[in-house]
Amino acid sequence: MEHDVDAATGGGGGWGRLRPAMRWETGLVVVVIAIAIMGSSLSPQFLTANNFFNLGLNNGEIAIMALPMALIIISGEIDLSVESTLGMSSAVLGVLWADHWPMLAIFVVVAVVGALAGAINGLLVTRVGLPSLAVTIGTLALYRGIALILLGPRTVANFPTIYTNVGIVAIPHTDLPYSIGIFIVLAVIFAIVLHATPFGRSIYAMGDNAEAAMFAGLRVKRIKTTLFIVSGVASALAGVLFTFRLNTAVQDNGTGLSLDVVAIVLLAGVSIFGGKGSIGGVFLAVLAFAGLQNALLLTNFNQEATGLVTGGLLLVSVFVPNAAMFVRSIRRAVTRMTRRMPSEPALSMPRKDT
Amino acid sequence: MTATLAPHREPGSPAPASSRRLADRVFRIREFGIVAVLVVFVAVTASIQSRFLSSTNIQFILVDATIFALLALGETIVVISRNVDLSVGSVLGLSAFLTARLASNTHGLPLPLVFLAGIGIGLLCGIVNGLMVTIGRVPSLVVTLATLYIIRGADVLIVGGGQVVPSSYYPSFLTISKATVAGIPDLAIVVAVVIAGGAYWLRTYRSGRELYAIGSNPDAARLAGIPMGRRVFTAFALSGAIAGVAGVLWASRYGTVDSTAGTSYELQVVAAVVVGGVAIFGGSGSVVGAAIGALLLQTINSALYVLGVSPNWDQAIAGFLLILAIVLDRLISLRLTASLRRRSARRGA
Repeated sequence: MEHDVDAATGGGGGWGRLRPAMRWETGLVVVVIAIAIMGSSLSPQFLTANNFFNLGLNNGEIAIMALPMALIIISGEIDLSVESTLGMSSAVLGVLWADHWPMLAIFVVVAVVGALAGAINGLLVTRVGLPSLAVTIGTLALYRGIALILLGPRTVANFPTIYTNVGIVAIPHTDLPYSIGIFIVLAVIFAIVLHATPFGRSIYAMGDNAEAAMFAGLRVKRIKTTLFIVSGVASALAGVLFTFRLNTAVQDNGTGLSLDVVAIVLLAGVSIFGGKGSIGGVFLAVLAFAGLQNALLLTNFNQEATGLVTGGLLLVSVFVPNAAMFVRSIRRAVTRMTRRMPSEPALSMPRKDT
Repeated sequence: MTATLAPHREPGSPAPASSRRLADRVFRIREFGIVAVLVVFVAVTASIQSRFLSSTNIQFILVDATIFALLALGETIVVISRNVDLSVGSVLGLSAFLTARLASNTHGLPLPLVFLAGIGIGLLCGIVNGLMVTIGRVPSLVVTLATLYIIRGADVLIVGGGQVVPSSYYPSFLTISKATVAGIPDLAIVVAVVIAGGAYWLRTYRSGRELYAIGSNPDAARLAGIPMGRRVFTAFALSGAIAGVAGVLWASRYGTVDSTAGTSYELQVVAAVVVGGVAIFGGSGSVVGAAIGALLLQTINSALYVLGVSPNWDQAIAGFLLILAIVLDRLISLRLTASLRRRSARRGA
């Protein structure tokens, strides 16, 4: 399997490497356009500015968390704890606000909490050498548990309007909600860092082959830890936005979002094995994901059952590249067979002992 | 990590290599460690609050733990082969609702048929997972993440806002989880037998040992001629079928079933498996360890409740224990490798 991937990507230097990713993104553009056409045929409301605003509002936090998740998955790891980091930050925000802390101090504390949460993940993965899947399933429970301990069954809801407005009004002179504005700015920064800096390129290198990256002198552990910390801080930011948007801090804020985030990142063409993907893809995947959810909403599809579509989308996004691989390997097998047919069946291994 | 992997050998024959004996001893200590923690926990809790060891409380713990341990059995089989099944919570939910509805709509239905229905539903889900992992060659993490969503979504569509309530069942359905023999729930006995059977299969049968080989080193297993696809497929099918049975038991235990039954249970199951000493990257661990891990987590939850600790603490403690367990596991395996290396160096000299 890996050989096929190598053969497809390793071939022709820079452009040969980029081509499959480009094709994936072209496909995503088609999907986004198809969803837009489908949505507008379902409802005249779909292509209105007002609907776009709602669509952005409902997906801003997920989109923000998808950016660092893309980097983490490209580097060959995964972070399933983002939804709980979101919930924990939301709980910290709620508790401190109920204790009459000044909002700016709360922001600092929340950012530190997010960074710590990410640092714990990162250090356990890189320094103790544990699989990130197991670690972040553990912290998924742990951070949610801390949110529960902090808030219990309480809800904190009396946030000042200046802040809750951030969650419900548009950036002045535009139709963009603040969370989407933040996402766009972050997406540009992430794109530059990932695609145009040595730091970003080294993420691909370690995702492709961590050992080779280490021997090439890359600080694999440090970079991965940094990525987890960035993910923690982004999730904390998402937690603040989430809390202000709903004007409530409850212990179960954001439950289930990790899977949405991972689904978006995989839909973006990021390989679960690491080493492949782009921020442009993430941007398009966010559009496709949000558009699909929104189209379903307009058709009165059961809201709780949208997981059906998210899951389907996730499967399609992993099966499509494999399908191409299948066709390739079948074709190769066929040519090999036809080539061998006339001659004697050759030994597949060259013999050394004679 | 690969230390429990042994060549296929008759059970009971003496272990030849000293390194193998050492590995065995360490892993035996490992399971002993979980049991020790369990015993200490029970003793401390009981000394503070004697109500903890009342027969009703023990029965409750055992029944809850059996459902949990059953799921852990299926998950262990999958995890040993270096895969993961995140869909068990959703499969349990779907099976619980469908069989509960069956049991409340058709009163004359014999119980084994209800169980068969549960197994069938679970098996179907497991087969779909298995096919996508083996033939589709998609990583199990992604496949089962997707089916976790899809099966739960299907569940929500089928159930809608409805629920099945206990009063609608025929009485024998609810007694499945309540019948006892000498104070021990029947269910616990049956599940203990099933787990023992699973442990025996994994230890002694070729197909069981091959799961360890696959999880330990997939490339080597392939070169050794192990039918990887078939084995991994079987693991997923079994895990699905077991989750289906667990769904029936869940419905019987809790009575009220709606579309949220078993939500996010998969993470607790993975936690139990890992706490029980099964390596998340496959190739090592035992079904019995996983079952004890499940019992430990359930006991801790119950103990916290009896001690008057707010249930708000449950999840944080479960998460902390999971991390502690994998850190310990890592340290033990590092130690083990180091001591094995020392040993072989000494013999070489």
